Amino acid sequence: MTALLALHDLSVHRGSRPVVDHVSLRVGPGECVGLIGPNGAGKTSLLRAALGLLAHQGQSNIADLPAHARARQAAWMPQSREIAWGIDVEAVIALGRTPWLPRGGRLRPEDRAAVDRAIRRMKLESFRHRPANHLSGGEQARVLIARALAQETPLLMADEPIAGLDPAAQITTMEVFGRIAAEGKAVVVSLHDLGLAARHCTRLVMLDRGRAVADGAPGAVLTPERLEEVFALRAFYSRSADGPIFQPLESLR
Amino acid sequence: MSRLMPLLTLGVAALFLASLLIGPAPVGVLDSLSALILDDGTPMTLVMREIRLPRALLAVIVGASLGMAGAAMQGYLRNPLAEPGLIGVSASAALGAVIALQTGLAAAFTLALPLTALGTALLGVLLLLALAGPRGASLTLILAGIAISALAGALLSLVLNLSPNPFATSEIVFWMMGSLADRSMTHVWLALPLSVLGWLMLATLGRGLDALTLGEDAAQALGIRLTRLRLTLVIATASVVGAATAVAGAIGFVGLVVPHILRPLVGARPSRLLFASALGGAVLVLAADIAVRLILPDRDLKLGVVMALIGAPLFLHLIYKTRKEFA
Amino acid sequence: MANRIAPRISGSVRLCKALLLAAALIGAAAEAQEAPRRVVSINLCTDQLAMMLAAPGQLHSVSFVALDRRASSMADAAQDYVINHGRAEEIYLMQPDLVLAGRYTARASVEALENLGIPVATFDIVTSMAGVRRAVLEMGEALGRQAAARDMVADFDSRLAALQAEVTRRPRAALYHANGFTSGRASLAHEILTAAGFENIAITAGYETGGKLPLEILALAAPEAIITGQPYPGTSRAERIMDHPVIEALRRGAQGAAVTDADWVCGTPHVLRAIEGLAPLRRALEATR
Repeated sequence: MTALLALHDLSVHRGSRPVVDHVSLRVGPGECVGLIGPNGAGKTSLLRAALGLLAHQGQSNIADLPAHARARQAAWMPQSREIAWGIDVEAVIALGRTPWLPRGGRLRPEDRAAVDRAIRRMKLESFRHRPANHLSGGEQARVLIARALAQETPLLMADEPIAGLDPAAQITTMEVFGRIAAEGKAVVVSLHDLGLAARHCTRLVMLDRGRAVADGAPGAVLTPERLEEVFALRAFYSRSADGPIFQPLESLR
Repeated sequence: MSRLMPLLTLGVAALFLASLLIGPAPVGVLDSLSALILDDGTPMTLVMREIRLPRALLAVIVGASLGMAGAAMQGYLRNPLAEPGLIGVSASAALGAVIALQTGLAAAFTLALPLTALGTALLGVLLLLALAGPRGASLTLILAGIAISALAGALLSLVLNLSPNPFATSEIVFWMMGSLADRSMTHVWLALPLSVLGWLMLATLGRGLDALTLGEDAAQALGIRLTRLRLTLVIATASVVGAATAVAGAIGFVGLVVPHILRPLVGARPSRLLFASALGGAVLVLAADIAVRLILPDRDLKLGVVMALIGAPLFLHLIYKTRKEFA
Repeated sequence: MANRIAPRISGSVRLCKALLLAAALIGAAAEAQEAPRRVVSINLCTDQLAMMLAAPGQLHSVSFVALDRRASSMADAAQDYVINHGRAEEIYLMQPDLVLAGRYTARASVEALENLGIPVATFDIVTSMAGVRRAVLEMGEALGRQAAARDMVADFDSRLAALQAEVTRRPRAALYHANGFTSGRASLAHEILTAAGFENIAITAGYETGGKLPLEILALAAPEAIITGQPYPGTSRAERIMDHPVIEALRRGAQGAAVTDADWVCGTPHVLRAIEGLAPLRRALEATR
């Protein structure tokens, strides 16, 4: 399997403290990986270091690429959802085509097609010409996801993409990620909602204090022992006709 | 948008022509224009070629430079309040120009004047970026701008006060308020090289500024090299503001007013705003310079006064609109 | 009959002579009493008038501006006097019995001196030839040197008349100073220019009161001579206008240019030197038409 994301011994230090501690990971096409862990586990730092946005030790295949090649290989949706100006939704999404545009910066037919596909996927057709910063937080999140989709890279990485969305939108978005993975791309998303992670991700990677403590199918990762040790949580987990059901029950702190 | 650029170009052309035809000399339109094009031996040719033409050209150069620099700074800092005058770059450039003139450096070699202005403007921009940080929050930006303007203005007064020339002290009005009166083609040649250099550099920033709409992280991940972008921005801004200020004094608010007005007309796209602001800046400065000659013609009204009368109310309005940030 | 009248006439004549003699004696005594013995001048123009009119030892101090060759016609002569900077404390310590000041000398300094009981004589700015005469006579009055003043005025008048007699044609000239200022009526520079036989284009162009003359108007007026001031050391934007290509072109095209100097500054008989200085230029221009 050719890895679309290959991390080897990746470490990030803040001062002397390791925020990411010797993490190795390989993600191939068809995988939708959920990166989970409590606050401060190092999820964001891991993703940013993998993309070359943060100084690190160890290796990342994406970070090893030159800047413009990186952008064609991996799309990144950061946690801070900035849209500085009142640009049209369509134009925001079209920003995802930046790495593919020629010198002149004009959108070609294939760029427009990619934008249209992204709009359709995220059901933003009626928002096309509205200024992006006049939308609600949840709507803006969908626009930014569409932007990452429009980039049409083999690898898509997102930091808390569904935070702040309503339940239906959350499910729809995770389904979109699942479909993209099924089409042969790789998706890595960091999530706090363990239930959605269990239902929609093919694989979970659990981080605790910078170390990858578990990596595998949701059922194998979300064991009661791990939940207690890493999340200080007791939860209900079972497989049903509608798929895995996961519900946190009690905090063990 | 598709109509905006041709409209602005037309505006520049029309105002340029008007600027050539307005002045105290009571000569008709056709006579003025023929004196400009053909050297008919009358003093009017001298007036047209050596007084009116340089003035109109400089208005275009200064306006384009300040408009474009304002749009670029706002795009980079993601803040509509960023503009060369407000954030102290113009004052820093004026300081350099005064130093070059008073130390005799300007007389030593031709481009010494705009280059010294560029140097001090560069210091001003770097200081501002160091103070304001990568995401220029309004409050920090304005405070940094006040500090830098105050420092540059004080040093400028000092240099002028130390001059043995009795007229030097009152020059501060020109440097802080700006004026295009009685310029010559020499000033045009002085300002042009660094201005063109700066314009070309700023023009390359379009894609990066667009991507910065999504924030620095996302822009970097889209393949934009932020350090190179910042460096280009700093040098280009210092270059155009330095050249413009060296010959016309510190003219403020152009970089604030023009992008603000044009932003809704270009769909808020920073890349489009760059070019629109260049033309818009030329339109604004040409119009203001014409106004200066029509209102109180015998009182030597400074260009900066008109710009401040237009720009300061807008500045207040913008502060009011963004006051939630301060809360 | 004649014998009876003659003694009465000779008696009244003797009375008149006696009265006249008494009046003269009183007048002389009055003059001798009024003439100040220790005079300090704190204004450039009063400095020069005082230096020209004062009796030996009467003038004690002149202002530092009198030493500036650029502004003072008598910079060498000024070196023989104590130099002051116009400060009240400094002047007071000199114990003068008269201080000479100009209308625009710092009000605070003048008032301070008056409060200290020192008489201050204030002289107006001179803006005409008649003003020069008046200033000389007023200075004579203040210094108790009326006779010397009257002689100076007479000399001034005859020399002025001689200079004006030789004018045949009045060439057009422009006065252009820093910041683009020109001089109109009621200015000394204008009076010097016209006394030298020129016509001031500021008047014909409609700038009778002087002030800022637009460069365009100057260019269109195409004067035959352009008269500018000497640049000060250091640079200033105000003086840069002298380097403007239009001025350069006018200097080249016009038959002549001249530069104003210290003689143009104050309304003293030295203005005659300024007028004399312009004479060669005017004669040259007269010859070309």
